Amino acid sequence: MTKMDLTRRGVLKTTAAAGAGLALPTMFTSSAHAVTNDPMGGTVTLGFNVPQTGPYADEGADELRAYELAVEHLNGGGDGGMLNTFSSKVLDGTGILGKKVEYVTGDTQTKSDAARASAKSMIEKDGAIMITGGSSSGVAIAVQGLCQEAGVIFMAGLTHSNDTTGKDRKANGFRHFFNGYMSGAALAPVLKNLYGDDRKAYHLTADYTWGWTQQESIAAATEALGWETVNNVLTPLASTDFSSYIAPVLNSGADVLVLNHYGGNMVNSLTNAVQFGLREKEVNGKNFEIVVPLFSRLMARGAGENIKGIVGSTNWHWSLQDEGSKAFVKSFGEKYGFPPSQAAHTCYVQTLLYADAVTRANSFAPCDVAAALEGFEFDGMGNGKTLYRAEDHQCFKDVLVVKGKENPQSEFDLLEVVEVTPAAQVTYEPNHPMFGGDEASLGECNNGA
Amino acid sequence: MGLNKSDMTLLIVVAILALGAPFILNPFPVDSGMAQFNAGYPDLMQRFVIFGILAIGFNILFGLTGYLSFGHAAFLGVGSYAAVWMFKLLSYNVLPAIALSVVVAGLFSVLIGYVSLRRSGIYFSILTLAFAQMSFALAYSVLSNPKFNLTNGETGLQVYAGDPQIFHREGLPDVPHLFGIAMRDNFLELKMGGWEFTFNNGYYLCAIIMLVVFYLAIRLFRSPFGLMLRAVKSNQNRLNYTGLNPKPYTLAAFIISGMYAGLAGGLLASMDPLAGAERMQWTASGEIVLMTILGGAGTLIGPVLGAGFIKYFENIFSKINDNVLHQWFAFMPDGMEDFMVFIVHPFVGKGWHLTLGILFMLVVTFLPGGLVEGGQRIANLFRNRGKKKGDDDSYKPDPEHHPKETPHVAE
Repeated sequence: MTKMDLTRRGVLKTTAAAGAGLALPTMFTSSAHAVTNDPMGGTVTLGFNVPQTGPYADEGADELRAYELAVEHLNGGGDGGMLNTFSSKVLDGTGILGKKVEYVTGDTQTKSDAARASAKSMIEKDGAIMITGGSSSGVAIAVQGLCQEAGVIFMAGLTHSNDTTGKDRKANGFRHFFNGYMSGAALAPVLKNLYGDDRKAYHLTADYTWGWTQQESIAAATEALGWETVNNVLTPLASTDFSSYIAPVLNSGADVLVLNHYGGNMVNSLTNAVQFGLREKEVNGKNFEIVVPLFSRLMARGAGENIKGIVGSTNWHWSLQDEGSKAFVKSFGEKYGFPPSQAAHTCYVQTLLYADAVTRANSFAPCDVAAALEGFEFDGMGNGKTLYRAEDHQCFKDVLVVKGKENPQSEFDLLEVVEVTPAAQVTYEPNHPMFGGDEASLGECNNGA
Repeated sequence: MGLNKSDMTLLIVVAILALGAPFILNPFPVDSGMAQFNAGYPDLMQRFVIFGILAIGFNILFGLTGYLSFGHAAFLGVGSYAAVWMFKLLSYNVLPAIALSVVVAGLFSVLIGYVSLRRSGIYFSILTLAFAQMSFALAYSVLSNPKFNLTNGETGLQVYAGDPQIFHREGLPDVPHLFGIAMRDNFLELKMGGWEFTFNNGYYLCAIIMLVVFYLAIRLFRSPFGLMLRAVKSNQNRLNYTGLNPKPYTLAAFIISGMYAGLAGGLLASMDPLAGAERMQWTASGEIVLMTILGGAGTLIGPVLGAGFIKYFENIFSKINDNVLHQWFAFMPDGMEDFMVFIVHPFVGKGWHLTLGILFMLVVTFLPGGLVEGGQRIANLFRNRGKKKGDDDSYKPDPEHHPKETPHVAE
């Protein structure tokens, strides 16, 4: 059957030839430039990597709109948006360092594999010097890791898990969005004012990285108030019906239900909870309450009537009345006909911050850009005074506590701001145990090859 | 090499395609508008061959025995996890990682195959699907709790600075490498006129491995064992009546096929050291089935073509946005331009699934034998030119399908 002849001489010959063949090409290895994708021509390419299909496609579409708006403003188009209110004035609408900004887009499909493939193609094929985007923490962490290895800057979009700038922090990655710990720290005093300091909380938590860190943060913050955590039940991410998880809540003696869910999960679990009449119940002589730690307008729209009066936290809301927010809402509204979401806001701001850092550093090299961003204090971007902390590349700014509006004026007017928690109150140590403790480190910044 | 003439030709053609891919896949100059369609960058080329390996392996099971496994992504995922664990524990050298991924996927497929192969037809498919979804759920949440973190859940398993890596030495690259040759590096970047060609270390490792396993698959197809598997597909009852027990044969095919998938998983992790749970999701398993059917089930080269086709759409079409469309149609008058963009918009960018779906329907409807059948028809068209009309019956859908077509799913 087989006709393969293996002789010692033949094998040796083949091996030697193969070895020579393998060794030969390495002689031509060139190290032409020191920085990956250093823009040489008159343009600079940014990579916008957002979910265009899958559960977070709505957020992704809004992020993409914000990126396009940011590019327009950087290139001098439109009304300039937040460029006019930004405290740093080095951006003048001539692109970045005089190079016109171009962009490529990709679909993360909310899968870390697909997101990395898409980011790689932007880096390898399109010559992107910076990658930004992501609508879930798993994807953001995966792409952040890739950018660290490849030697480009990653500006995280919507990612709320503590891990992104906690145990998975990277020298080439930066996050403007707030996180689970901040949600907990911002919500706790408001919850105390609204519901008192003697409550029994029952947690339903999405069973994955973000859910755990969110639950851990909220439980710690409320227990510090004097609340008791009765139970924490993990729900599979793919669940669409939460009735079987809601029923035991009634018999547990708890008087607050905390839903550590996001997106479609939260819409379904909240709807189930309201259908079970939890909000009309009285337990331990108090009104039963529901808390949703992370809110977004897109989720509020999905939940409809059920969202009314529910308290949660958010990174930014379009009804804010500072100059930066007004300028952004105006130019976004003029271009697309409706107000931007918090995902759009953080992505827009991240793009501008990157452009500003490059300009101040006068270099596209990731290490120079990172140095310009570290410890950078700015204002006029919609969140008041903000600090990009050097130790973990996390932004520290005020956090909004919001409530579902009782009488919405329009389909976008769903949330009202209850309180703006000052940045000082949500600040933590870089080596906080929820953020990887002393072991967490940024590592070395990487300029690539 | 123990191959007949036509198989040898096929192997040589595949070898030329695989080794010349950086040239073949980059036909357009970098600055031209068509550069969007270039696929010759390392990551996508790696995916072409890796998913090619996966589809070749799947075809050994599906194409030969007719058993339709809907859970092959589980083996891919298990292979990836095994490889990343080798990176974490030993070192970034890819050899032990790839070896372990094949072994672990093999063991895993013994387990799943032993149970699933007790049934055939649709019940077998459902069983494998159930196992794969179970593996996905385990990887996504159950095995990633803080106390026992085997898979790192949603984020995906990756290498951290604090990992032991006991064989890691100073001077070795901090990325997957083969005895110091980093997988992510390019050994040659050619610039010729407006063209750019990238020759990537990792890609050539994958391509060589693909050629080896492709050769093995040809030998397997032509072996007595392969004939036995075909017998299972054509009529299992008849086989039983002759006193033969088909179970060991199907189990062996299942395991070999699982090991191919594990190898693909190990290679994926070696090119990009991260293993995500969604690699095991049922959609990923479905994608493998699509690749095989699209290319041509039961043929040698078909699955590889199908894999390339799907990966091309996923990575190239999904990146065409409105901005790019406006550039393409910029030569038209304004109203016309907007109209064309409006027409094309639903089929590119986030609509890449739609385009792929339409093409899949067309192929299945008009070319039941997949892309391979399309190729054969074109070849026949040229061959028959000069001959008289009416010779059309010389066309054969697949030389392996004699005496008559058999159902692809074992009944």
